[in-house]
Amino acid sequence: MKNINPVWRGLISLIVFGALGYGVGFGISVLVNGAAKTSPAGPIPSVFALFFGFAAFFFGVIGYRGVTRGLTWQVIGTLVGAFVVVGIRAAMGLSAFDGKGFFLPEGAWVFGGLVGAISFMFGVGVLSDWVKWARGIETPEEHPQDESGWKKFFSVSLDHKVIGIQYVVTALLLISIGGLFALIFRTELAASQLQFLTEGLNIFSQNGLQLFNTLISLHGMIMIVSILLGIAGITNYVIPLLIGAQDMAFPRLNAFSFWIAVPAVVLLLSSLVLGGFDTGWTGYPPLSTLAPVGMQMFFLGVFVAGWSSILGAINLITTVVRMRAKGMTAWRMPILIWSSIAASLITLTATQFIGLSFQMVMFQRLFGMGFYDAAKGGNPILFQHLFWFYSHPVVYVFVLPGLGIISELLPVFSRKPLFGYRWVAMSSLGIAMVGYIVWAHHMFASGMNEYLRIPFMYSTLLVSVPTGVKFFSWVATMWRGKISTPTPMLFVLGAIMVFFIGGLTGPMNATVSTDLFLHDTYVIVGHFHDTIFGGFVFPFFAALYYWFPKATGRRMNETLGKIHFYLMTPSFFVLTFGMMYAGFLGMRRRIADYDPELHLDGIHLVTTIAGYLVAISVIVFIFNFFYSIKHGEKAEGNVWNSRSPEWQVPSPMPVHNYDKSFEVIGEPYDYGSGDNGYVKFIDEPASNAH
Amino acid sequence: MIHFLIVGALVIVVALLTYLGLDLTGLADKMNPVTASAQAVSIDHLWHLEVMVMCFLFGLIMVPLFYSLIVFRQKKGELKDGQYVTGHTNLEITWTVIPLITVLTFAYLGGRSLSDINRIDPNALVIKVHAQQFTWTFEYPEYGVFTTELHLPVNRQVLLKMESKDVIHSFWVPEFRIKQDVVPGRITEYRITPTLEGSYKVRCAELCGTSHAYMENPVIVASADSYATWLNDQAKLAQESQTPEGKGKLLATKNGCIGCHSVDGTKMTGPTWFGLYDEDTKFADGTDAVADDAYIKESILDPNAKIVAGFPSPSIMPPFKLTDDEISDIIAYIKTLK
Repeated sequence: MKNINPVWRGLISLIVFGALGYGVGFGISVLVNGAAKTSPAGPIPSVFALFFGFAAFFFGVIGYRGVTRGLTWQVIGTLVGAFVVVGIRAAMGLSAFDGKGFFLPEGAWVFGGLVGAISFMFGVGVLSDWVKWARGIETPEEHPQDESGWKKFFSVSLDHKVIGIQYVVTALLLISIGGLFALIFRTELAASQLQFLTEGLNIFSQNGLQLFNTLISLHGMIMIVSILLGIAGITNYVIPLLIGAQDMAFPRLNAFSFWIAVPAVVLLLSSLVLGGFDTGWTGYPPLSTLAPVGMQMFFLGVFVAGWSSILGAINLITTVVRMRAKGMTAWRMPILIWSSIAASLITLTATQFIGLSFQMVMFQRLFGMGFYDAAKGGNPILFQHLFWFYSHPVVYVFVLPGLGIISELLPVFSRKPLFGYRWVAMSSLGIAMVGYIVWAHHMFASGMNEYLRIPFMYSTLLVSVPTGVKFFSWVATMWRGKISTPTPMLFVLGAIMVFFIGGLTGPMNATVSTDLFLHDTYVIVGHFHDTIFGGFVFPFFAALYYWFPKATGRRMNETLGKIHFYLMTPSFFVLTFGMMYAGFLGMRRRIADYDPELHLDGIHLVTTIAGYLVAISVIVFIFNFFYSIKHGEKAEGNVWNSRSPEWQVPSPMPVHNYDKSFEVIGEPYDYGSGDNGYVKFIDEPASNAH
Repeated sequence: MIHFLIVGALVIVVALLTYLGLDLTGLADKMNPVTASAQAVSIDHLWHLEVMVMCFLFGLIMVPLFYSLIVFRQKKGELKDGQYVTGHTNLEITWTVIPLITVLTFAYLGGRSLSDINRIDPNALVIKVHAQQFTWTFEYPEYGVFTTELHLPVNRQVLLKMESKDVIHSFWVPEFRIKQDVVPGRITEYRITPTLEGSYKVRCAELCGTSHAYMENPVIVASADSYATWLNDQAKLAQESQTPEGKGKLLATKNGCIGCHSVDGTKMTGPTWFGLYDEDTKFADGTDAVADDAYIKESILDPNAKIVAGFPSPSIMPPFKLTDDEISDIIAYIKTLK
């Protein structure tokens, strides 16, 4: 086995142990439910196959340590937690097993899932140091040295650069999974009537319609998590380098924030096989109080992923406040830091609300508490307020770092200072602040107090003012520059164009009366895909192309990068314009089948083809990414001719970042000023805090 | 200076072309489905203004962006930096204040438009709407009429008082433009003045479960006369239906049964009732049984007990708590469907 490529080894053990897990699950299912009621595509065999296969893949790749140990502990923890609940139920005289075909009662799945997630953290080893401190054992001040090579990415590391890459690769994996889900339901939508997600289908205890709903819901949430992880990856990798810090302020917390996202994703994905759920990612009650167990796994997964966001935000804010290099005053910080701070402030203070709103549905289901049950004096609309109080501001968490990347890269490739630096910096904070008071524009048709709609219309429209400042400043930055267009710049330009279309289609959703038509149609679907692609996906790719040489000492292939860009951008415009056009013709959101009388077949077919082209372009990117790690053109110097400090030292970055500290002596983007640069290295070893 | 002149001219050209392009798709002066209510006229008017501003802004950003990209690109081998300009405070203030005034204007116009579409006519016709997974039922309270098709007179304001039996739904007729959620535990209102005779569909616009896509019922807007004739006929039918069959038919409409079970053999969300009684029924687990009183009663009270072959398992039908008398009335009605 030793001579085989580790990826093949992983895949082989995935198949072998996945099949073994399936067999075990099938056996249990037959024992409990009887052979007649056991479906080959039922939830129990599937859930066992998933857990076994997932853990076995990593076992094949790196052996029993790091992530493999974490996943194994998660499976054991889940079972232990579940059987504790079963035991308590048995002692109370309640039925120990659930007759509905999910083997264990709902409470057992939920408690098991929570115990499993925490067990993962012990198993992977991210809590070891804290456990040692609690027991009075000293640990060395210096980070333990990571092993060399790729294996360090599969276990706990305290190096912000390793964690950044762990985040980015996990985000890419999730984008692939979420994209795959999208292709499945997009294919079903290519024509009216049901083609393969039919009512007769039975996979994971779901018929085609239920599976369609599960897939759209998971597409939404998996993509949201991938965005949060992708942003965390970029900021984790780049921000300590930009401010001249050796690491993040709390390296152990940083590792914790990353690793807790892994069991959260496992929980989210397990909802697919535990009956799914038909509510969309918004999970509105009362529908979400009626859905199968998968609903609870979804809520729990989001709940746990929220910890990752909150802790990551604390870490980022502390790092920026405490660890900037000498001379880096607020107005001399790289612009990406301003926008990341604005985003982190939102994450830190609003994430609790989605956790709370979901937790209340979980408790309503588990304990019969009537928070959202009108019959018990509850109020279904309360959920929407709590939910959107996070879920609207989080849109700015998705886009602000991306807009920061645009503002960061644009001056480099325009060879000109960022136009109106202070205005751009303040516009990020402005967007974040206004973002808090606009949430109810998602609820214009909800039946909330109708007079409330007016103030929310005003506040929502105000968002376009600071956003406009950004667009005007970007255009003014390019004006009379010396613009070159290597791949990162192409993605920056793509980001501006796509985000601009997203921005232009915003106000029509903000004015109440037009929104009463547009709400819950495909116009909205097109609009938010534009904002998220322009605000996150395009800048994320730009950042990866741009900082790839910093991480690896090689640059990504330019030809493949250009193929990626020129394939993705036009296809993406066709995709979202197609969505919007279908919406204007009367296409509602979240339906597997549409009325043939609406004549939407043609537009949906075009949209589906465009969706596939976007997917192909992303495959080109992923190939380029992994290929260039080893085979890319060497690029160890200042590849982009940037003023930023991380490019003044050779790539790849050494383990403890800068050998010497630097002092800020100029403005970050003063290209063409003929000054002595942004930073000057001084003869003292880099220290941790100032 | 010459750059500014060229860009200024191009902005106007591009804005006009964008508007013409949108006009070709039929989206410039109205949202796409036919304008069929007084409220839709007001909404389309606001939409038209927004489209014009959107077209102008499109030119205003895209033209200088592409112009810079082409004219100010770095020539081959050129290593010079661009012009050293770090900002311009008056310019920044300009492009903060003008957009601010614009959006405040639109917020004001949006408020006006909202008050327009909410204008109350005291003589509005009141109809009750009952939503449930996955059908709509309409009640004309003064006439004791229940239907699954919404009939409306043209040019008269209608006030729909809407209730949901289970989860959140949303009442949306694209041609009327407006949508309003229907929330369990409260009554939400929907005011509309249809202005164009024709048949449309109310399409549920809030995800309400697996068969959400199929929660569509006909809406028929007719002249005042033919509306009155239709309503009188329905009222007469309702009064005459004191037989078990008649009461059963009314119950089947009221409870939304016929929203999913057709009475003429067409395939809908659930098995048809046409020719159901006393016939052999095949189930998903391979067994079969004769559809007698006991079977129908069991299926109403516990829809999951037996799943008809070809329909989703577990059943998407909620259990109905009906009395024995009501169930026998429904069975009497089913017997007539042959």
